[in-house]
Amino acid sequence: MLALLSRDLRLAVRAGGGFGLSLAFFLILTVLVPFGVGPDPARLQAIAPGILWVGALLASLLSLDRMFQLDWEDGTLDALATAPVPMEGVVAMKAAAHWLTTGLPLTLAAPVLGVLLNLSGPGRGWLALSLLVGTPALSLIGAFGAGLTVGLKRGGLILSLLVLPLYVPTLIFGAEAARRGAEGLAAGPVLLLAGAITLACLAALPYAAAAAIRVNLR
Amino acid sequence: MGTAAHSEPGLAVAGLAVARGGLTILRGLDFRVGPGEALILTGPNGVGKTSLLRTLAGLQPPAAGTVSPAPDRLAYAGHADAVKATLTVAENLAFWARVHGGAGGEVGDALAALGLGDLAARPAQSLSAGQRRRLGLARLLLTGRRLWLLDEPTVSLDAASVALFAALLGRHLAGGGAAALASHIDLGLTGAARLDLSPFRALAPLPAVAGAGGFDEAFL
Repeated sequence: MLALLSRDLRLAVRAGGGFGLSLAFFLILTVLVPFGVGPDPARLQAIAPGILWVGALLASLLSLDRMFQLDWEDGTLDALATAPVPMEGVVAMKAAAHWLTTGLPLTLAAPVLGVLLNLSGPGRGWLALSLLVGTPALSLIGAFGAGLTVGLKRGGLILSLLVLPLYVPTLIFGAEAARRGAEGLAAGPVLLLAGAITLACLAALPYAAAAAIRVNLR
Repeated sequence: MGTAAHSEPGLAVAGLAVARGGLTILRGLDFRVGPGEALILTGPNGVGKTSLLRTLAGLQPPAAGTVSPAPDRLAYAGHADAVKATLTVAENLAFWARVHGGAGGEVGDALAALGLGDLAARPAQSLSAGQRRRLGLARLLLTGRRLWLLDEPTVSLDAASVALFAALLGRHLAGGGAAALASHIDLGLTGAARLDLSPFRALAPLPAVAGAGGFDEAFL
């Protein structure tokens, strides 16, 4: 099981693994926003939590379609399905590897990029905290979507359409927690709701994704 | 797993029907492959050899009938080699050894058994098709399982490598292992039974154009 995690992390940082792609996308998006909405610091400060959350969400979407597709293409998924590891565990490890290579770097980068959008000091802290709590749900929901679409030609597009609506609750509570934190309001309860979504995803989605993959392997 | 393997009765199939894309394509299969025995599945392209092997491996459920033992006693090697291009040969095998609960010490043996020792540090993407195939077959040795399901194991292998693999398979059988394989070439396995799947077809042969396209679509 841990072998799978370490292999996925190794593959991600090798050539063509896509590590850093999400981060670069996030950076460019954040840099582009002031060009689009104008340099007014007050306006940027108001929209910063929402923009950074939407950016993190789209960035984590970028590498989702590779999660199972590459393993399906080269037969690794067949071999893993017959190996003495449960498919649910494979899904959980894949989601963990995706989060470690996407969600965690985004969480660490977001406070720095918050400076570009004039986000206040406490706001940057709350933003990082809300991303830390919310991004695992993005990886888990993404694993479910990737499991549903594995084996489809050009499955990446349908994957986005499937997954983005499912991201809405995490986005609402994550961005709201960051916004409240930035404005000095009580952000704790909202953050707890975001955490509840993450935990629910962790409890249910590995089973759903594993079932979808077994069907797709037939 | 090693202790259980000795009492293993081998592969037993009863009344098996195999489906592909929702259509039953083979039915009425009954056969046994005991320890030390090999069964070579033959038949024209599209008859269902791969689907049968995938059903035996537990990757798809049987449309009817039973397969024993459970899929966790079987090692399946399909058309794809389950090789990661950016990992080295040794890293690829070390991963499969760990997945199957090994410590990693058997990787060297597996490399040597398939003549890959000199290539251990090479990235898998620089291998030739035949070398890649041998790397895929080396995974079988790391599973620690006695029942091998092999789908066209000799594709892209040169004559020397085919002989190497035939000898390996012979040692596996002599050691009490068993194998069911789909193969179009003669591996020179003494005493291997052959099973032609054509009589077990569940469907009338379809017109070539529509039939081939439809089946491939369903399978992909």
